[in-house]
Amino acid sequence: MTEFFQSLGMTYEWAWGVATVAGVLLIALPLMLAVAMIIYVDRKVWAAINLRRGPNVVGPFGLLQSFADGLKVFLQETIIPSAANKGIFILAPIVTFTVALAAWAVIPFDAGVVLADINVGLLYILAISSLSVYGVVMSGWASNSKYPFFSAMRAAAQMISYEVSIGFILVCVVLYAGSFNLTEIVNSQRGHGFGIVNGYYFNLLLFPIWVVFFISCLAETQRVPFDLTEAESELVAGYQTEYSSMSFALFWLGEYANILLMCSLNTLLFFGGWLPPIDWAPLYFVPGIIWFLLKTFFFFFMFSWVMATVPRYRYDQLMRLGWKVFLPMSLLFVVAISGWLMITRYGGAA
Amino acid sequence: MIQTIAFYLFAVLVIASAVMVIMSRNPVHSVLWLILAFFNAAGLMVLVGAEFIAMLLVIVYVGAVAVLFLFVVMMLDIDFAELRAGFIKNFPLGIAIALVLLAELVLGIGAYRAGAIALGTPDGMAAPIVGVSNTEALGALLYSDYIFLFEATGLVLLVAMIGAIVLTHRKTAGDHRGQQDIAKQNRRNPNEATVMKRPTVGEGVEL
Repeated sequence: MTEFFQSLGMTYEWAWGVATVAGVLLIALPLMLAVAMIIYVDRKVWAAINLRRGPNVVGPFGLLQSFADGLKVFLQETIIPSAANKGIFILAPIVTFTVALAAWAVIPFDAGVVLADINVGLLYILAISSLSVYGVVMSGWASNSKYPFFSAMRAAAQMISYEVSIGFILVCVVLYAGSFNLTEIVNSQRGHGFGIVNGYYFNLLLFPIWVVFFISCLAETQRVPFDLTEAESELVAGYQTEYSSMSFALFWLGEYANILLMCSLNTLLFFGGWLPPIDWAPLYFVPGIIWFLLKTFFFFFMFSWVMATVPRYRYDQLMRLGWKVFLPMSLLFVVAISGWLMITRYGGAA
Repeated sequence: MIQTIAFYLFAVLVIASAVMVIMSRNPVHSVLWLILAFFNAAGLMVLVGAEFIAMLLVIVYVGAVAVLFLFVVMMLDIDFAELRAGFIKNFPLGIAIALVLLAELVLGIGAYRAGAIALGTPDGMAAPIVGVSNTEALGALLYSDYIFLFEATGLVLLVAMIGAIVLTHRKTAGDHRGQQDIAKQNRRNPNEATVMKRPTVGEGVEL
């Protein structure tokens, strides 16, 4: 995009600056719209599985429900508890929201359609997603109230636990792709399954790892069945208890932006990103971004599906699953996959 | 131009937040300032082209170490008066450490000025690796020239991990390990778990 602005007669620095700002807006604004719509979809899917109607009053089929909710929280009064640590209390939702948006900088939506095509894209996502725990921990501590504090403790322990196995799973994918760059990871998936199927899921070594990754994503984004941080039967609303108005809405938006990010990671790492599901020429006439969005929304549907059908875990079960099941399993697969690749791809040479 | 602005931005923020780490009264604020310092240091590393190290700094220090710091500090019940009471007593030691650090900095910068060791080479003689991404360059160096140091680091971490597990995983008297046995829980069935009793009036139940 820099070249386009340069052709309008700007110097390189100015063109780069304008192009970056335009790119950020082009990602952030549709993302916010998508978040508003998936909140609606989430509620509709949940309602449909429970044989309810779900939101159906505001706009046709209730499509505008999220916008009505947004307007409502925007008009509410922001309440800051007098015993709260004011600065951090205000900072916490901002951190959550900013971090949730920042990770999208390296997500490729189509071949070459990416804001920052950096070498260490996957590590960047890991780094940013490890930051998202701070919003929760800061809000829990700054609220100066029991339930948010318990929630913050739980969130910190939970996110660190599951990040370990997510890290090992990403290592497996990186070993296969031979790069940390997300564009190259997607390109290496072309025709991976017998030259027909695009995507790593069609691989006996990587499919189990994808299942672990999907479950870890649920835990990382604190979705049901791992939403111990906002378990309403024990902790009121968890770390959001003391928040109101826009500060509450920022948590909400950040949470769903993170969920979408995890869905798109599932797509990019295991299901061939913007490539069509089958490596067949006519399918490439459909724009890549359509495939990308279709896959991402499919994974979001799976997230909602899980939410509507699975009961919440107990906390000790959550920790056991993370440390005693997923961690050894993902480690085993790192060893198995690197061994397999050493024999098949690098001819057994050490 | 952009690089210069970014450098001064990150550098000033690192120093300012490092000062705030020791200046702020509240330990939780200190940890949060420390996180900001780490984050800006990562920004500086990106500027010199060491993006791999920068990302590792954020993942390891900000994502794991600082979270545990914050975790512990948040749960502390801090008596601020007691914290400041030892100031005079600890002052000479603090000054001594500060002097040692200053001397090391002066020595380091002096050595650098006198003709530094070229980075990226084990002996300072070979040409630095050019044209590969720094993930590959680092990997090639770590797994060839520094393999024994690398393995030794892994061993140290393994020992530390085993130590932590041994310290926390205590076996109490009997075979009760202080935690649940999931397999045992799953093996239970209603016939063993519940007993049907029909006590008559005035008669207790023997369990």
